[in-house]
Order: sequence, then structure tokens, then C-alpha cells
Amino acid sequence: MVYLTRKCEFSASHYYHSPDFTMEENQRIFGKCANLNGHGHNYTLEVTVKGDIDPTTGFVVDLKQLKEILNSEVVDAMDHRHLNKEVPEFANQIPTTENLAITIWNRLHSKMRRARLHRVRVYEMPDLFVDYYGEQ
Amino acid sequence: MKAYLTRRYMFAASHRLHSDALTDAENTETYGKCNNPYGHGHNYAVEVTVSGQVNRNTGMVCNLVDLDECFRREVMERFDHKSLNSRPEFAKLVPTTENLAGVIYQILKRQFHTAHLEKVRIEETLNNSFEYCGEAHCNASVSPAMGK
Repeated sequence: MVYLTRKCEFSASHYYHSPDFTMEENQRIFGKCANLNGHGHNYTLEVTVKGDIDPTTGFVVDLKQLKEILNSEVVDAMDHRHLNKEVPEFANQIPTTENLAITIWNRLHSKMRRARLHRVRVYEMPDLFVDYYGEQ
Repeated sequence: MKAYLTRRYMFAASHRLHSDALTDAENTETYGKCNNPYGHGHNYAVEVTVSGQVNRNTGMVCNLVDLDECFRREVMERFDHKSLNSRPEFAKLVPTTENLAGVIYQILKRQFHTAHLEKVRIEETLNNSFEYCGEAHCNASVSPAMGK
């Protein structure tokens, strides 16, 4: 079993607000992130896939295919966009980094061919990241 | 849905590596420059990994404000701009970064209860890092769930 990690970056805006909470509760729980005008981050995504090495190609995964999937499912969908307003998964859930990692996992999982998805790591900032390994 | 959240913190401290169980010559041989009686210092980077189910209402594993406050109160107050050797935690323990990782893990395990503590990882310099995941399991150098 070999693990391969591909990195990409995207910039997006978001805000945290739950309709189940009052404005005061949103403010207390989410702090500055509750500002409804939103704010943004430079996100770094690390996608780790795993599998056995193909004896013919020497690859765990075709990196060109992986890059195309990352571009179509993540970069095209999220780069320079507003996560709350332009990414359908966040119409009804808060675009926290936790939910972003899970959303990206779900988008990539069904697209994997030979290699299996192992981990999605999303950095919101250099000092904060979330890992998701699928349902555990 | 279980997710792992990692937060990175920085603090600066001095230490001297010296074991009372060793002779002076053995200490010099074992710890080299780190045995200098006057001590020396590092900028430590501590990565704390916690895990838990993502709360449906908040979208969060835990509130970062709580983790930040716990780390500030329990770790920064104890160790930032301090001599580790002068701290009671290291009265009978050599303040290597291995032991520092274990001490910080135990402190956070006792004090932080809103998510499960998975791992404490400390970078002593850009070239050295140490991880501690408790006694139950620790798959160092890779993420907590690597290998599952």
C-alpha cells in the first residue's frame, strides 16, 4: 500500500450562521465569523489517495486524472466563490472547515477510479486544519 | 461524521538537558550542547489534534475559542517565556521535547473535555518534531487514522 498526496489551493469567502440560533446565539458561538457580510481565506487542500502500485505504470494513481478531478470538483466549484451562496452543499449547512473537508471528500469519493481516497486535509490558515477520513 | 481538527500554537522557552541519574561525563556525552549548564532556548510549535463528531447545528468538532482558551491557560501560562527546568512538571523529568509532548498531552487530557484529544505534536526546530498520542496507540509521523 502506497499513499500519495496532491495539494491545491483555492480562495473563497464564507460566513457562519445557523437559522436554528438567534442572532445573539450566532454571535456568541461563531464570533467574528458570524458577520453576515462574510470574510475569506486562502484554503490549502491536501488530498491523500492510497492503493497498490500498478506494475505497468508504476503509479498509485494517474496524477493527471487526479488533478482534473480536483480542478472540476473543488477549484472550479469553489475558487474565488462565496461558499454559502455558490456551493450547493452549503445551502443548508454551515461552511466550517469541518464541513468543507467532508463536502470535498464526498465530491471526490465517487470520482476515484483505481486508487482509494484516504484523507482530505483542509487548511483554513497555516495554524488550523481539519482531517476527514470518511465514515469511521 | 467524525473529523480531526488541528490547531497550531507557538511558545518560547529555555531548557537544559541533564539527568541526575547520569554522571557529568555521561550527561555531556548523552546531551552534548544541550547539557550546557546555562541552558538554551527554542521557539516551540505545538500542534494539538482533537477529534469528534461534527455537530449538526454548529458544523464544528469543538469551538476553537474553547480550545484556544484552554491552551492559553494551561500551556502558555505554564511554559511561555519560562525555563522548563524551573517548572514543577520537570522537577523529576528531563525537559526533552519527548517529555514535553507527554506533559502537554496529559495536561490537555485533564483539562479539555469538549472533544477527544488525539495527538500533541511539537516542533522543537524546523528539523525535529515529536508526537505523542497517549499510551493506547500512537502511529507517529503520520496522521491519527493512517493505517486504519
